[in-house]
Amino acid sequence: MNKYTYQRLLVALIAGAIFGFGLSLSGMADPARVLGFLNLASGTWDPSLAFVLGGAVAVAVPGVMLQHHMRKPLLDQEFHLPQKTAIDGRLLTGSALFGIGWGIAGFCPGPAVSILFVGLPAVALFVAAMAIGMILHDRLAAGRSH
Amino acid sequence: MTPYLPSLFGGMLLGLSAVLLLVANGRIAGISGIVGRLLGGHHVPGNLAFVIGLLSGPFLYAAAYGHLPNITTVTPWPLVLIAGLLVGVGTRMGSGCTSGHGILGLARFSKRSLAATATFLIAGIAAATTMGALG
Repeated sequence: MNKYTYQRLLVALIAGAIFGFGLSLSGMADPARVLGFLNLASGTWDPSLAFVLGGAVAVAVPGVMLQHHMRKPLLDQEFHLPQKTAIDGRLLTGSALFGIGWGIAGFCPGPAVSILFVGLPAVALFVAAMAIGMILHDRLAAGRSH
Repeated sequence: MTPYLPSLFGGMLLGLSAVLLLVANGRIAGISGIVGRLLGGHHVPGNLAFVIGLLSGPFLYAAAYGHLPNITTVTPWPLVLIAGLLVGVGTRMGSGCTSGHGILGLARFSKRSLAATATFLIAGIAAATTMGALG
């Protein structure tokens, strides 16, 4: 435990709440809207969700520029950032599998988890299946590396 | 009102959340990674705190707007199950999803995340367009 443990938990809670609220506000939490964006041949293509990614990246870019000028985060000793840079088969295969799943039902991880307690059985089914898929993958990946 | 402004503002809040987590805690707001680490028992308190906040999102929305967000899903259950498995396996194999690669990765100008984002967008469009044509 270092001195910022509780502050970090509070920040994580607040960041999660802002993220969840943002998903609900943006329309990303609605699978019908997501499929309306991803289905180009529906005749009623809804491009509005492109603004979600655009707005998010537009705010995140100056944040990343700020981070580049910091030696360490405000509440921790070091940044915990992804180190991988390789564009390999696992990245592309995994992303393709994810994309197919996303396009079938219109759920991706953040929105699906955020609406878990709203009370739709399909959401609970999706999140449970996603959790099983994650655990299955991590077990198999761990088995391979031993 | 067009749906563009709520989508834009909602997206900006996603970016704000990601910046907060990055600058204060030094961590990437990638939801598949957060959920995956939580399931694997890694760094549980921080990931759990984020997920609890995330779960409160629709109810904070309801407090602000007087109703829960619209959520419509018509996909048959067997397909929802298959979609969930694909998203679970795929996001762990590909090290991220729409948030980690799509928001933070692109904002960090990561070529790896750009490749991932292009791949899942193209695959998502192909799947949704095919499903739409079939049914």
